[in-house]
Amino acid sequence: MKSFDYLRPETLADAIAAGGAPGAAYLAGGTNLVDLMKTGAAVPDRIVDITRLPGLDRWEWLDDGGLRIGALVRNSDLAHDVDVAQTFPAMAEALLSGASGQLRNAATVGGNLMQATRCPFFADPTSSCNRREAGSGCAAQGLSARAFAVLGASEACIATHPSDFCVALAALGAMVEVAGPDGTRAVALTDFHRLPGAAPQTTTVLKPGELVTAITLPAAAAGFRRHARYLKLRDRTSFAFALVSAAAMLRIEDGIIAEARLAFGGVAAKPWRALDAEAALKGARPDADAFATAAARALEGAAATAGNGFKIPLAARIGARALTLAAAGTPAEMPVLPGSVHLGEPAHA
Amino acid sequence: MPDVTPLPAATPIRMGSNAGQPRTRADGLLKVTGRATYAADNHPAGMAQAVLVTAAIARGRVTAMNVEAARAHPGVVEVYTPANRPELALEPDAKPSFFSKLTETLQDDTVRYEGQPIALVVAETLEAATEAARLLAPQYAAETARVGFDLAPYAPESVGFGFPIEMSKGDIAAGLSEAASTTETVVETPPQYHNAMETHAIVAEWKDGKLYLDTPTQAPGMSAAGFAAWLGLDPADVVIRSPFLGGGFGSKAAVVGAFLLAIQAAKLLDRPVKLALARHQMFGHVFHRGATRQTIKLGMDAEGRLTAIDHHTTAVTAAFEEFIEGASGAARTTYAAPAIRASHDGVRNDVGVPGAMRAPGEASGSAALEIAADVAAEAAGLDPLEFRLRNYAETDPMSGLPYSSKALRECYAEGAREFGWAGRPLAPRQMTDDAGMLVGWGVGTATFPCPMFGAEARATLRADGTAVIETALIDMGQGSWTAMAQIAADSLGLDVEQVEIRGGVSDLPDSGVAGGSGYTATLGLAIDNAGGDTIRQLAEIASSDPDSPLHGTGNTRVVARGGRLYAQDDESRSESYADILARAGRETLSGEGKGARGENDANDHSFQSHGAVFAEVKVDPDLGQVRVTRLVGAFAAGRIINPRMVESQLSGGMIWGISFALHEGAEMDPRTGRILNRDFGEYHVSVNSDAPSVKVLTIPEEDAFVNPLGVKGVGEIGVTGTAGAIANAIWHATGKRVTSYPIRLEELLDL
Ligand SMILES: Cc1cc2nc3c(=O)[nH]c(=O)nc-3n(C[C@H](O)[C@H](O)[C@H](O)COP(=O)(O)OP(=O)(O)OC[C@H]3O[C@@H](n4cnc5c(N)ncnc54)[C@H](O)[C@@H]3O)c2cc1C
Ligand code: SF4
Repeated sequence: MKSFDYLRPETLADAIAAGGAPGAAYLAGGTNLVDLMKTGAAVPDRIVDITRLPGLDRWEWLDDGGLRIGALVRNSDLAHDVDVAQTFPAMAEALLSGASGQLRNAATVGGNLMQATRCPFFADPTSSCNRREAGSGCAAQGLSARAFAVLGASEACIATHPSDFCVALAALGAMVEVAGPDGTRAVALTDFHRLPGAAPQTTTVLKPGELVTAITLPAAAAGFRRHARYLKLRDRTSFAFALVSAAAMLRIEDGIIAEARLAFGGVAAKPWRALDAEAALKGARPDADAFATAAARALEGAAATAGNGFKIPLAARIGARALTLAAAGTPAEMPVLPGSVHLGEPAHA
Repeated sequence: MPDVTPLPAATPIRMGSNAGQPRTRADGLLKVTGRATYAADNHPAGMAQAVLVTAAIARGRVTAMNVEAARAHPGVVEVYTPANRPELALEPDAKPSFFSKLTETLQDDTVRYEGQPIALVVAETLEAATEAARLLAPQYAAETARVGFDLAPYAPESVGFGFPIEMSKGDIAAGLSEAASTTETVVETPPQYHNAMETHAIVAEWKDGKLYLDTPTQAPGMSAAGFAAWLGLDPADVVIRSPFLGGGFGSKAAVVGAFLLAIQAAKLLDRPVKLALARHQMFGHVFHRGATRQTIKLGMDAEGRLTAIDHHTTAVTAAFEEFIEGASGAARTTYAAPAIRASHDGVRNDVGVPGAMRAPGEASGSAALEIAADVAAEAAGLDPLEFRLRNYAETDPMSGLPYSSKALRECYAEGAREFGWAGRPLAPRQMTDDAGMLVGWGVGTATFPCPMFGAEARATLRADGTAVIETALIDMGQGSWTAMAQIAADSLGLDVEQVEIRGGVSDLPDSGVAGGSGYTATLGLAIDNAGGDTIRQLAEIASSDPDSPLHGTGNTRVVARGGRLYAQDDESRSESYADILARAGRETLSGEGKGARGENDANDHSFQSHGAVFAEVKVDPDLGQVRVTRLVGAFAAGRIINPRMVESQLSGGMIWGISFALHEGAEMDPRTGRILNRDFGEYHVSVNSDAPSVKVLTIPEEDAFVNPLGVKGVGEIGVTGTAGAIANAIWHATGKRVTSYPIRLEELLDL
């Protein structure tokens, strides 16, 4: 692979200074970046290893009951913490439905937000890809394939964002803390990733040198703990990206939905929060009709490309199912098969 | 070499107490402690690292490569392209052996498939070689790639490894036209690529006039001969070390061009060279299971008895070389009918040459035929198991020969009992579970032939009464170190602990081919004969020694047990091996043995392993997500040497069947002929959580004819039957007959 400088800053300021240079890339768990370096899709001149930055590898409960998650927290550690999982069960379920145990042990939450699309042409430097190389074209257009976006796509790019975690974060109303040359700022997770438009190469709102330092979950999001699920349809039971997925959360008071959250994965270049559907559910009875209508509304603007039309009704259905299961109550224990519509068998039965 | 006198087939060898024991893996500790050495673990002093550069188009030419930039990269030793291609003794288009395939050694600038070698870079480090490979930045003139089935078919020379493209018996037309009902089923299977954990790797070192290769091979002797032929060497001067393979599955027997290049680089550079393929390079150069489209017409009488089986396969093969997936072979071996035709044609795609992959022919053929059988059962209004019993082949369906043994009826019965098949509703979409999932049950017949290739072994008794077996034994995970030691110990009348196995190197007696599910039978027989030969000689020594208590017994009237020879008719007369050898002044005593099928055996019997696989699936009615909740497989495969290894082979095969049914398949970009999912993340094979409950039953089967050991084979049969059983269970759950593998959830949606 191409030679690169390797820097391992000890302070955030040094990291930002080093990461602002053209051709620099931040390295966290490396499970995505290193793969792309192997295929040649990523050819950084400078690797800025942020894994030794102090204080980013832990989470803290905020005084108001919110949660602040350092960007370097490993996916596994977060998902397996009992308090975290009980307070934000759909987030833990989303994390555990992603990748494999080994990958989750290495992958960081910041890296998960920043991971690249799995569009095969993006990873292959010999294919044209506007996202990898602005203006080079989009090899995916015209291919009959299932993986591509049905919401928010553009002529220039039809790729999806592959994260499960982010779908739950979108529903939870998470904020992303960012530090950069101009100081720190907080961005709503739903504003963090960009739809492709004419410039798919810009995938997030991060500016050069900026890095993610933390993700915060507002205390109010804990109010969904009793009715929260993440469901994921995929081609094998684990170690597979979502074909479509949905995070659903409800606050039910006196048999009426006081507040609903719904977000989709696998359908767009960003985790897709369905605000219209949420609004439609507010004040409704938590029944199958309401869920189906609301979930269908979320897909109203959807448009298929070749080979992925089924994802539109399927997304509506999994949205409705996730809402139904959320209404039935968060399972007392993490499902044996996190994110699966199948119950699974007790381990080592 | 002493004459080999196999025991008369009708009197199977009395096995000692070692065979039949569920011993744990002899190499288990080495493996879990990281001390089992795989090819790429070797780093001889001075070794250089090679990286293969492979084509990123499926068809066309390489028009330019920036060799200067690659050469200039620090640490680069040499860059090989067609311009400075290392010479070979044979043209790359030569085929030194029956199993050889055309391969690429930079002979010209044409590209015939994605992933074809187009250059080799050698450097001091892997990183330098990798970067130089990138700097080569090949330019191409691409031509339109030929992809898919809908191209002009042609009549191939042969199918699989030398089978005729068509075999038939009876009058197919009459069988179909006179049938009470007929069905026609078209099933497609995708290209599947070898993805063993260990990618193909080689460390080549020329030393003292010999070529030493650390490389995984399923057939050390054959590989050594193949390398020697291409390189113009005496086969004895090629030493392959291949103690362990991280999976072979048919991809690691034939010589591939990339390895020849690495070897020649080592020679030209006068230093050892290592080459390990990257994961994406597994998709093209090292064989794959070719795609098939199979059309199966069945005719039945009013009772659901087959009157005709017409099984036609269109197999995708390479544009420049032939390997035809012999899928229609399943029609020759599975069900009885008065008229059977198994025919094939080919279409040429711009893909790497297909080859053997676990259960070649049968896996794809059974995956289709079992769906067709279910379609016919449905048409006949019969329970699928009853349909299979009505069409039970009492003799070989095509040849009419009697089976050497066939306990398939027992497999059906025991499997069905264990699974709880009774009471299965006939119609689909009748069962649901508490969670509202659709539940379905399906069955498939498993069958695989029992070939034997040739193998040799040497057994040596040592002065202390222990023994060593020498043969170029390889273990690719199936447990052959373990099972062979059990056979050896029995043949020598010793405990397993007293038998050392020296293997893994090609300069030992030829261990044959670990393939075709014939390794235990073939090499096991060679080892058994070697042990027997040694004991025979030992008995002769004792019998002719006046000082031995066994004097005068003759070699046929002694029994070897626990390191002693006993007179058969008087067990009070006995002597230890060590004492016999000591008195004879012998440090060692060696015997040799061969394993092969008896010359005329195949004229008298048909040899097949059999099984029945039962599958339960649950399918989400709205979302189509499938889960294989239970698999039960009952198999009859002759004598079982090690039940633990056998169960692992069979259940592993069944999990491969899950993979076939639901997961595996290369996705081709029809516009370019390139594979879209050429990595481990996207080319799906089943994972543990896809296989929650896999139960294996082995049905006792005595076989006096298949070979003197009575051993059939278990390595591949588990794949057969399983994929079809799952497809059938999905139909039973949903009422949807999906006829294209892998079965995707969108095909199960009511939209
Ligand atoms: C085979 C496979 C299967 C997978 N399956 C799933 C799945 O099913 N669901 C799922 O959600 N994910 C899946 N993943 C993705 C996995 O979750 C990501 O690879 C992982 O989260 C990335 O984290 P990392 O720390 O390794 O990131 P890295 O690889 O280190 O970095 C990824 C990117 O993020 C940037 N980056 C990292 N940290 C920061 C930061 N703090 N600030 C700014 N930029 C940063 C890097 O520069 C790089 O561009 C899978 C990955 C693989 C390889
Ligand atoms: S869909 Fe997007 S990521 Fe894929 S090739 Fe097109 S531009 Fe690149």
